[in-house]
Amino acid sequence: MTPLLGALLYVVLAPVLGCLLAGADRIATARMQRRQGPPLLQPYYDLRKLMGKRGAEINGFQGYYLTGFLLFTAGAGALFFHGGDLLLVVFALTLGAVMLVMAAFSANSPYAHMGAHRELLQMLAYEPMLILTALGLYLATHSFAVSAIASAAQAPVLVLPGVFLGYLFILTIKLRKSPFDLSSSHHAHQELVRGLTVEISGGNLALVELAHWYENVLLLGILYLFLAPWGVAAALAGVALCYLLEVVVDNSSARLRWETALRSSWLVALALGGLNILLVPALQKGF
Amino acid sequence: MGNAMRSPWVLHYDASSCNGCDIEVLACLTPVYDAERLGIINTGNPKHADVLLITGGVNAQNTSVVENLYAQMLEPKVVVAIGACALSGGIFASCYNIRGGIDTVIPVDVYVPGCAARPQAIITGILQAVAILGAKAQGTHVPVDKAAREKVCQ
Repeated sequence: MTPLLGALLYVVLAPVLGCLLAGADRIATARMQRRQGPPLLQPYYDLRKLMGKRGAEINGFQGYYLTGFLLFTAGAGALFFHGGDLLLVVFALTLGAVMLVMAAFSANSPYAHMGAHRELLQMLAYEPMLILTALGLYLATHSFAVSAIASAAQAPVLVLPGVFLGYLFILTIKLRKSPFDLSSSHHAHQELVRGLTVEISGGNLALVELAHWYENVLLLGILYLFLAPWGVAAALAGVALCYLLEVVVDNSSARLRWETALRSSWLVALALGGLNILLVPALQKGF
Repeated sequence: MGNAMRSPWVLHYDASSCNGCDIEVLACLTPVYDAERLGIINTGNPKHADVLLITGGVNAQNTSVVENLYAQMLEPKVVVAIGACALSGGIFASCYNIRGGIDTVIPVDVYVPGCAARPQAIITGILQAVAILGAKAQGTHVPVDKAAREKVCQ
């Protein structure tokens, strides 16, 4: 697997994987609620329907911001699967997320502004832990390069249990799942009129959905890095299990206030992430 | 089936209804009837919606709201009038504030009778509207001659 092939496969296959993941998510959620749920390809039908809506432009800027969101998110993922610098991947992802917030702010709607502001608060909550994740993986494998981390001798999760749990914690925020779906809930389509995307419709909303699929594959890829040395089958099973756990948490919890989300995320980052990072040398000696 | 027909997102608005039909609409989303298996999502945003589910007879106060919601929806779009009041004003038809059915304000594609309309009938009505939506998306929709059509009411 050459780096270039990895990046190309990601650009082509991530939307497919992301679509199937979103479909499986909805079916799992439905089954947990004792419903049948939509077909597996429902997210693809939603995407195609959105692309067919007419008259969606509300101003001249939104399309450009959202294209930027898609390009930076997919670019971050392509860089990741190219084996590039993990820290750069994290910051490129953040830049993409800011583009989405700008797109929401560009609309002249109080709901959109409120959703965009809550999205910024969400970013404030998860960014520290995300950076600590990159830092932790560096300390465990002595490299920021994804290619080196993926081929490490020892599974990073063994010396980074706190960072792993912390990453799972903020993954709930990044995947827009309860209890931290503050700005644009994955399932509730009416809360604050789904603030962030209230003025994004038609083809623009399709761009947002596509970017979310790229992003989800990238986020699960970072999760995979913790388990990579255990082999493809075991690592994929671990990632699938963690995602199922996210769906269970989503279905069994109500949304928290943004103050609580912010406070708990920083506490987790400090306690689980920070403490683990301080202890990495000791843990490495232990193994 | 066209893509528009596979993913009908619904906007539900109560235009001066007694809430009986609204409760039945929300019941369609519950596990027993599970409208999501047909790809139906209840969105609160007219810009995201394909199907407008309206209950109640329209009154003077919410006429502009109904027109506003309909105007905000992106093409192609369909309207489903649910319940006797949405068809013609129902038992409230002679009240001084009720204008009558929804079609006094916006064009309606499907009428679902009942007081309150049953969830099975509502879902059937939504599916009929979805078929019309598919025709509109492909540009093959032929509008019904209103004068020639008999409304189901009372």
